[in-house]
Amino acid sequence: MKNKNNITFSRRNFIRTSTLATGGLLVGFNLFNACKDTATPPIDVSKLNFNEFNAFIKIADNGYVTLYSPNPEIGQGVKTSMPMIIAEELDVPWEHVTVEQGNLDTKNFQRQVAGGSQSIRFGWDVLRQTGATTKQMLINAAALKWGVEAATCSASKGIITNAKGETLGYGDVVNEAAKLEIPENVTLKLPKDYTIIGNDAINVDIDKIITGKPLFGLDYKVEGMSYASVARPPAFGQKIGTFDATDAKTVNGVSDVIQFGDKIAVIGKNTWSAMKGKKALKIDWINDNKLESTEDHHNELNKILNSKKLNVRRDDGNVDKAFASADKIIERIYESPFLPHNCMEPMNFYAHVSDAKVHLVGPIQTPAGTASRVAKLINRDEADIHLEMTRMGGGFGRRLYGDFVMEAAEISNITKLPIKVVFSREDDMAAGIYRPAIKYRIKAALKNGKITGYHLKEAAINSNMYGLIPNFFPAGAIKNYRVESGNYKSDITTGAWRAPYTNFLAFAEQSFFDELADELNTNPVQLRLDLLSNVQDGKDDSIEYSAKRMTDTIKLAAKKSNWGQTDSNTYQGFSAYYSHNTHVAEVVDISLSNGLPIIEKVTVAVDCGIVVNPTGAKNQIEGGVIDGLGHAMYGDFTFKNGKPQDINFNTYRLIRMKETPIVETHFVKNNLSPTGLGEPGLPPAGGALANAIKAATGQLLTKQPFIKNLDRRKTDLNA
Amino acid sequence: MATYSINVNGKNKSVTADDDTPLLWVLRDELNLVGTKFGCGIGQCGACTVHVDGVAVRSCSVPAANLKDVKITTIEGLSNEELHPVQDAWKALDVPQCGYCQAGQIMTATSFLKQNANPNATEIREAMHRNICRCASYNRIEKAVALAAKKMS
Repeated sequence: MKNKNNITFSRRNFIRTSTLATGGLLVGFNLFNACKDTATPPIDVSKLNFNEFNAFIKIADNGYVTLYSPNPEIGQGVKTSMPMIIAEELDVPWEHVTVEQGNLDTKNFQRQVAGGSQSIRFGWDVLRQTGATTKQMLINAAALKWGVEAATCSASKGIITNAKGETLGYGDVVNEAAKLEIPENVTLKLPKDYTIIGNDAINVDIDKIITGKPLFGLDYKVEGMSYASVARPPAFGQKIGTFDATDAKTVNGVSDVIQFGDKIAVIGKNTWSAMKGKKALKIDWINDNKLESTEDHHNELNKILNSKKLNVRRDDGNVDKAFASADKIIERIYESPFLPHNCMEPMNFYAHVSDAKVHLVGPIQTPAGTASRVAKLINRDEADIHLEMTRMGGGFGRRLYGDFVMEAAEISNITKLPIKVVFSREDDMAAGIYRPAIKYRIKAALKNGKITGYHLKEAAINSNMYGLIPNFFPAGAIKNYRVESGNYKSDITTGAWRAPYTNFLAFAEQSFFDELADELNTNPVQLRLDLLSNVQDGKDDSIEYSAKRMTDTIKLAAKKSNWGQTDSNTYQGFSAYYSHNTHVAEVVDISLSNGLPIIEKVTVAVDCGIVVNPTGAKNQIEGGVIDGLGHAMYGDFTFKNGKPQDINFNTYRLIRMKETPIVETHFVKNNLSPTGLGEPGLPPAGGALANAIKAATGQLLTKQPFIKNLDRRKTDLNA
Repeated sequence: MATYSINVNGKNKSVTADDDTPLLWVLRDELNLVGTKFGCGIGQCGACTVHVDGVAVRSCSVPAANLKDVKITTIEGLSNEELHPVQDAWKALDVPQCGYCQAGQIMTATSFLKQNANPNATEIREAMHRNICRCASYNRIEKAVALAAKKMS
């Protein structure tokens, strides 16, 4: 197989060093893009320039290590796991490492992004090389001091030892090390020698989180700051007409009301006055376009599914011939609604536009792109933009989009005030950039007990599956295979939502395979294994997954879940999916009570290569699985005349404690380069649940949310 | 607009705010206690949970002006030098993902364990059901409440 995880390490990502004015060594390196030849780290940590390098390690005189990392933290754990990789190769005790979120003075960056579960995968080689190279420089400095060959010295846990048994701490040689040549071809540790990677490291922000210290964007404050609450068109397709702010201006604490574009900002001295002021606005909204309803979307998506002019995304063998000569054709349509992200921390951002600079602070997954868009919006030089990132109260894709940063910048640009835009929950849910509603039509041709053809059509709102997805399973496993897609342009804003497209596609396909297994009289697990046995890793370079890794993952899940050997009150459903470079298989165990499925347990097998931080890794899988189950079960979001029908948690249902199963995670053990975990646990969950419900009641669920479509009569009869 | 005094984390604080200002915004904007989080504003998610005379209350849904003769405890006042056993359990089990809802979860759990020192699994799930964790760290929250109960008994 082509090793998709082997990212070439460029020497140009490499380090430069300097001696700090305050003592100690500063190492600058770039995680995702090359250094300029002329780049040098500053001699004062307060002047870290993230344009030159996007990450820094400081080794203090006492040997303690600080890592300045610019990668956004949204709950996926990279603020803990990325430094672990450096600390492993640098060979310092984990207790001596602290992590600081680097600010971003952004220019020419690539991949300064939390998204796509890629931080660990892309960082793996650079982080290890940086740690190992720095360690070698420290050893070289000690050898020089002792007047011995560096090869006769070794280092471990921050201490360098020579052949005579003499020792020096890293802190004792940092100043000398900074002046040395950067060594080439350092040796990396073997996985068997790891002492930090593979061991549980608790979230580096844990103490601040559990004691309520300011961490998040909403917590950021500046003396004299104002707050803005923004009225936006309540329905997609509307524009602003006239408005009357008389009452709003009489609200205590409201200082100003301004219009910008089709929005009105009420500015107050605190959050409550701004929110109250907004409620007091009288606005006439004008219907600019046809206002869309969920029924319209159904009709438009159905038209696409019936269209003969779709975009062919992959076409293997001869699909038409396979269907023409089939013994039997199975066809099914799957439907999903739009979904809001609902990060627990509502969207918010601080902006202060002054003549000197543009200061932006808050939670954003895409700091670089957003800063550049702000510069364009308010016609400023990119060099004027100073953006600081806070910890994020969830992302799930919503904070990839900087709409709320634009709003804050525009309001501050008009008023010249330091202001923070704060969305209410209603604002957050009604002005979303939603997971688009999607329908799939999947057809399979069966002949002589085999699947001989597979044809998948995607009809989606606004945009379609990204380019790699047509190369996921079952591509390569079925000879005659075609994927087509088309979309309907809507006024409703859509975007990436945790595991884009695959969050629903995996449900559709994995439910479909269960039905095919029934049709072919075979065990659902065996059907997947049989299909995977048709794939030879490496034979077709376009195939994204590894058949071997998927097979091992499926077997581990089947074994750990006691697949097919449960008691008579437990029903199991199986699902397996590859996404974001990670292979995952899940078995859901349910029972029935009062006509409803009770999700008891989910057994998960994961192949993400080397597990950097097991506690963090399991946390991601537990969260991803429950998130996937919750949205498949309850996630419902409809529109009437352009207006979202649910805008707060009183009617929009998220999964809660009593509805959650125990999630048991098992990792496939290997020494392959690690891949990400923020998203891959989610896609298989919905399908595994649907298949368990089918096993329990015979009902085939093809539409999400399940709660709206469960045939209670069926479950009651069987309960 | 009125000026009044409320007792937060053992200290009397003078507040000048509109009578209808929810405790949540008085804590966050006026008293700079930002550990109490804003999630939904309608008492549905639990991110803003604090204690009023030891009982878990949704601070987004109660005006501060109504709380003149009671003792209010926020996450910042839950423990001093030593962590509260519930906070300890949260740390031991590495509960948070994004961390945003966790102060509210901890305040709900501490109040619950005061009323029921020896809860079974069903009681824990029932008690924590009204707090949303969007990252779905529910398995660990459940285990941490059980661990804290064990430590405290």
